Amino acid sequence: MVEFSGDLHYAKSHEWVRIEDDGSVTVGISDHAQEALGDVVFVELPELQMVIAAGDEAGVVESVKAASDIYAPISGTVIAVNELLDDAPETVNTSPYIDGWFFKLQPDNLGDVQNLMDVNAYETFCENEEH
Amino acid sequence: MERLEVPGKALYSAMLNETGGVLDDLIVYLDGDGYRIVVNCATREKDLAWMSQQTSGFDCQLHERPELAILAIQGPNALAKVSAVVSPERADLIAKLKPFIGAWSGEWFIARTGYTGEKGVEIILPGTDAQNLWQALVASGVRPVGLGARDTLRLEAGMNLYGSDMDESVTPLESNMAVTVSFEGDREFLGRARLEAQLGEGVERELVGLVLLERGVLRAHYPIFSGDQQVGEITSGAFSPTLEHGIGLARITVGADNLTVEIRNKRLPVQRVKLPFVRNGKQVYQLV
Repeated sequence: MVEFSGDLHYAKSHEWVRIEDDGSVTVGISDHAQEALGDVVFVELPELQMVIAAGDEAGVVESVKAASDIYAPISGTVIAVNELLDDAPETVNTSPYIDGWFFKLQPDNLGDVQNLMDVNAYETFCENEEH
Repeated sequence: MERLEVPGKALYSAMLNETGGVLDDLIVYLDGDGYRIVVNCATREKDLAWMSQQTSGFDCQLHERPELAILAIQGPNALAKVSAVVSPERADLIAKLKPFIGAWSGEWFIARTGYTGEKGVEIILPGTDAQNLWQALVASGVRPVGLGARDTLRLEAGMNLYGSDMDESVTPLESNMAVTVSFEGDREFLGRARLEAQLGEGVERELVGLVLLERGVLRAHYPIFSGDQQVGEITSGAFSPTLEHGIGLARITVGADNLTVEIRNKRLPVQRVKLPFVRNGKQVYQLV
């Protein structure tokens, strides 16, 4: 059963965004995405301080099956990356919403998160993608 | 084919067209007064059409056996597990089989062959018997695996996959299959002239094993460079579950060294190694 996390916002490219208390956002990929990818073996994370625009490539997930780009869901500056994924890339599969986060952004404009899908819209989006 | 002196002995071979291109790879057994040939399923139509065409005019009958199935049971416990669910006579037959040898028991043909680099058997049997055998094996704890697992196993074992590692555009000499070709005597096998010409000119490309020890996965068609010169490309690649790094086969210019692979515009060093990468679940390749 693919899990959809209720408190997150989702991009069409299957990244999720969580708004943190300090106004930064955390970014990862959804359960739907990690299941489609299969076993993750390497993750390439963006550089700290990198300035990225929404839709820019922000990293790569390399699974047994294929390599997939990760896109910035909103514009901002990279303020943290999840170094756990260097040694334990499989965390993306086992905990996509919590321990398997990819990077944190200082958003240019927190309001941009409203351009993303809420959990219901994303769930519908995933169902339609499959047909 | 003269290497098939003993009935039941399996010979891995290439089927060539007139220009020495590989039509398929296959296993052939001496079988009574004929031969049993096991080809790839994906090339079935092409192979049958070719063989019909080539045998026409000769005193030779070709019989396809669509009612038969083949089950491969592989791994350290394979022989024990199969022996436990078949008749005592067949269990005894399995115990006596040497690697690459097969034997008949009623309508079943059981051989110590495989596409995984592990111990095991491949059993050719009537389709109806295959269902019962499958269910008995699963009930005894043997796990069915899919093509993803098959691909990492055969690649770890350094075995070619037709369509990826070779096709009609290359000869066996360029596909790590030179040992399957014998030029002894004056047998007029199809493709002989072209292969001899290629040997005379000097074979220009070879299929080699590569390992990627950096973070990354080798995938088909990634270019291989020696310095700034592209010398070939990956034909098959995977993340080896046993070795936990990338492995692959690549067709490159003979003798090319100081190799790098280009992955998403970055060049990473790769090491050429002698195949196989893995045998019986353990690394066997060595870095020079």
